Amino acid sequence: MEAVKLKKDSLIIANKKFNSRLIVGTGKYKSMSECAKAIKLSGAEIVTVAVRRVNISDKNKPLLMDYINPKKITYLPNTAGCFNSKEALRTLRLAREIGGWKLVKLEVLGDKKNLFPDMIETLKSTEVLAKEGFKVMVYCNDDPLMAKRLENSGADAIMPLAAPIGSGLGIQNKINIQIIRKQTKLPLIIDAGLGQASDATIAMELGCDGVLVNTAIAKAKKPFEMALAFKNAVIAGRQSYKSGRIDKILMGNPSSPSKGII
Amino acid sequence: MKKIKKIKIKINGKIKSINQDSNLSEVLKNLKIPLNKVAIELNEEIIDKKKINKIKLNKNDKIEIVHFIGGG
Repeated sequence: MEAVKLKKDSLIIANKKFNSRLIVGTGKYKSMSECAKAIKLSGAEIVTVAVRRVNISDKNKPLLMDYINPKKITYLPNTAGCFNSKEALRTLRLAREIGGWKLVKLEVLGDKKNLFPDMIETLKSTEVLAKEGFKVMVYCNDDPLMAKRLENSGADAIMPLAAPIGSGLGIQNKINIQIIRKQTKLPLIIDAGLGQASDATIAMELGCDGVLVNTAIAKAKKPFEMALAFKNAVIAGRQSYKSGRIDKILMGNPSSPSKGII
Repeated sequence: MKKIKKIKIKINGKIKSINQDSNLSEVLKNLKIPLNKVAIELNEEIIDKKKINKIKLNKNDKIEIVHFIGGG
């Protein structure tokens, strides 16, 4: 049988092409080598990273860059832990200075317990960053109106949450995600709250361009296997979405012809 | 022999004693900071890494040295 040839289907963010639609976080792993191996297995070409103080008393502490080569994998600096625009801007300006990173993930949190984004501060920061030449991928609520405002402020990707960060609850509001999908041509990436591989498939079947996963892989009992599962789930979901699903009907419709029944 | 005067500065929140008239480059070198993997702030202003040997440090200066670590 001839293999079905699939059209090349790249994810394009800020004019940069990526083959993988899975973005993974680099936090919460037991070690840097575990993190590096999980990333490799996931096939991800973009990884999120945090900006933090260098440990000046322990100079032999391993560095992330020694395990994940930023020349091969795109680093996406984030602003995790920032609770206002000022902190987020300071963090990303520093990130850019480390080595010219312009593609960044903006995440301004509003509540320490539920970790929901503060959309007022997020919107303000997006405007400033876009003006400063950053390519901003924005973590946001699953609110179509806010997503539109982010787009109008110069965001390069809209990244609504599925559920609170690290919760593993999966996509809570499919309708909102679909509405956002319909209204924007920007890359739409589900960020935060996924718990298992099938959640990623659902996101892709809703028409999202990609998913961002950290905890669900890093904290799985077997992170390597889960990384692979997410890789396959994203591919499956994308193929399913592109294949055009059947209409839903209320009653049954037999798969075998009724003609010729003995 | 003339005694070298010391001044106190803060690096990543920790107080450090350095020689008066040290420049930023010398201080970073002593800490073995890999310059290509960090960004530096002096008193909340980002420093161009190419110019660190021209920057003299003063008493109570606050230096922040950051890099990338694992994060989601």
